[in-house]
Amino acid sequence: MKNLILTTAALALTAGAAMAETVRLGTEGAYPPYNFLNDAGEVDGFERELGDELCKRAELECTWVTNDWDSIIPNLTSGNYDAIIAGMSITEAREELVDFTQGYTQPSPSAYAGLTEGLDVKNAVIAAQASTIQSAHVAETGATLVEFPTPDETVAAVQSGEVDAVLSDKDFLVPIVAETDLMFLEEVRLGGGIGMAFRESDDELRGKFDAAIASMKEDGSLNAMLDKWEIEGKF
Amino acid sequence: MSCWETVQKYAFQSIGYGERVLPRTDITLCDQFTLIGSGMIMNLYFGLLAVSFGFLFANALAMAKFSGGPVTRKAAEWFIFLFRGSPLFIQFFFAYFLFLNLKGVSPVFGPLSAAWLGALVVLFLNTAAYSGEIFYGALLSIPRGDMESADAYGFSGWKKFRKITWPTMMRLAWPAYTNEAIFLFHATTLVFFSGFPVWRQQGDALYYAKYIADKTFNPFVPYPILAGYFILLTLVVIWIFGVANKRLNRHLPQAKRPKIRYRPKMIR
Amino acid sequence: MLEGLQWLSCYLTTGKHMGFYVSFGTVLLLLAITAPVALGFGFGAAMLSRARIAPISWIGKGYIAAVRGVPDIAFFLFFVIALDQGIEWLLHQARCPEWTDPIRQGNDFVVCDIAKMPLGTSPQWIHETYGFALAVLTFAIVFGAFAGNVLYGAMNSVPRGQIETAEAYGMTHRQAFWRILVPQMWVYALPGLSNLWMVLIKATPLLFLLGVEDIVYWARELGGSKMARFTDYPHGDWRMWYFLVLLVFYLAFTRVSEIVLARITTKLSHGQATVGGEAQRKAA
Repeated sequence: MKNLILTTAALALTAGAAMAETVRLGTEGAYPPYNFLNDAGEVDGFERELGDELCKRAELECTWVTNDWDSIIPNLTSGNYDAIIAGMSITEAREELVDFTQGYTQPSPSAYAGLTEGLDVKNAVIAAQASTIQSAHVAETGATLVEFPTPDETVAAVQSGEVDAVLSDKDFLVPIVAETDLMFLEEVRLGGGIGMAFRESDDELRGKFDAAIASMKEDGSLNAMLDKWEIEGKF
Repeated sequence: MSCWETVQKYAFQSIGYGERVLPRTDITLCDQFTLIGSGMIMNLYFGLLAVSFGFLFANALAMAKFSGGPVTRKAAEWFIFLFRGSPLFIQFFFAYFLFLNLKGVSPVFGPLSAAWLGALVVLFLNTAAYSGEIFYGALLSIPRGDMESADAYGFSGWKKFRKITWPTMMRLAWPAYTNEAIFLFHATTLVFFSGFPVWRQQGDALYYAKYIADKTFNPFVPYPILAGYFILLTLVVIWIFGVANKRLNRHLPQAKRPKIRYRPKMIR
Repeated sequence: MLEGLQWLSCYLTTGKHMGFYVSFGTVLLLLAITAPVALGFGFGAAMLSRARIAPISWIGKGYIAAVRGVPDIAFFLFFVIALDQGIEWLLHQARCPEWTDPIRQGNDFVVCDIAKMPLGTSPQWIHETYGFALAVLTFAIVFGAFAGNVLYGAMNSVPRGQIETAEAYGMTHRQAFWRILVPQMWVYALPGLSNLWMVLIKATPLLFLLGVEDIVYWARELGGSKMARFTDYPHGDWRMWYFLVLLVFYLAFTRVSEIVLARITTKLSHGQATVGGEAQRKAA
């Protein structure tokens, strides 16, 4: 019964949506190559391209909104934007609060990066972004966790010697390791790929994006995009 | 798990004793009270040390501004202006990044980039500047008659300062200084809200409140608990400063003693 | 690759930096709007508090006491969300009376489309303006209570004899209030209001907590180290310098405010029955 009501509600929502509803996509804008602000101050990156393509396929009009990582889920549930597309890994804890589409990346490895080789990451000081799967993992390994609000600051902390290493998505670290003194130490697999997150009451919209992701997987355009932004794993 | 077990597990979480991993699911009301209370230890640590050391330095600042030579006076004035003229929030950010850069210069500065020392230094300097200005204002308003009688009784130099000038200044400054101290305790919640990172998930009360709000998606429980703890803390501070106030004014008749009134201020 | 000054001038004029410069304007705009609105709130609260009918004066006093008693950060952390949801709930009640689903569905806050603030179809600038307006309102409510406290005290400080004289000349209560009390109270309110203005300036970084892209947001974003793959202007960790700019901005701003406020005080003391006014009279 409850489902029925939800579906009618969703239908009512989309009936309004037919009148050129703009879908607001929320992202962090500080996590290259997934999402970042380019020199012009616009959202750019893999997810920008992906999101624009998905909107085109789902025949929706989309705008981009940036929001702090910390409050990105509460602002979705309170309706400030309609979807999160911010390199967010699909986890059980988050599933309780929001609904995800299918993953648009493979479950990607997270990696430790530091300045010295042979560091024992279980007995070291490790930086991670607060409320990420990586920070949860570090707290469990018994290493000393140091939390920062933005991904940028986790890397800065390693460079300044504040911490021994950083644990983050490997794709985020690849360009950093390429351009700085940091090196990869170890890899761990966490989470189940990255997906878009929607309010639990917003199944209709989620369905549209889910179908669009599936179609991009089918015709190989998603793989091409992953290639372009040098993100590991193909479909 | 009973509430007592929770208390044993998490009561000293913020200073590294007991269970290390924070609860993720099924956070009970008891967990919330214990964790946020545990965080209050941090707020107390920052508040107590900053107020104590800040008090000493504030006296020096007020003296320098009042009776120092032209150089020390200018220096004290600028110091006070620097810390009173800019937001504490920005001071924290700037100080953290400055300390990080200093660390590159020499390892001596290493501990400064951790909150327990770095943030304490910022709070200490900040409260010293605000209190210094309060004390300076009190020095200016010491009745001339008091000083003249002191001279008449043959007091001079250090003895005059210790017996007459300083106690009078304290007496005049005390109500305002009480509010400054309360305010500093409130300001300690900004420590982990700005640049300084949290180590081993050992944060202050606001950090835990935010963590709980994050995990339970209900800000309407942890923040009121936090507020409750701070109201308690405020009452304790008012009580302690009230006792001191009584002592400072013990020679005056009951009706003439200045009362301390709590005047809440906004963020600085 | 560009060199030195040329590099710097290009770097400092990227679209991102324009966003940074605009955010200084945002802060000034916030102050320019909040200050009079808060003063209005405060004046209203003070007038209510003075009302001779008890329940009305309780409203004024209650507002002043409630806001001043709530810890500041807690207020800013969740007041805006509550305000936003409150407005949407009211609109929802007004515009979609036939809607039967619960508004709270689990973690979600769901209202009908036409009750969304702003409407989902609105362009981005309306969303930003709305967010900014919420921030202004929050600031105004908080500072209004503090201003109310100052003004209430100031109204009571105007010497009783002034009002009595006015009434002896046959003025009504209302006339005495507007023609005698209000013009005179400012000189008593000024120290408190000046102080409040300084506190307001120093509270503006809290915009950052309200989700407005303010100077703190941009300083963090621009100062963080940038890699050549994602920008034309790679650099290391420059956050210290960006925050130094913010520090200097605030210091300059408070300094200028101090000077201006000192001038206003001198002006307002002119011809007043206070020590300051007396000194001016003697000097002249």
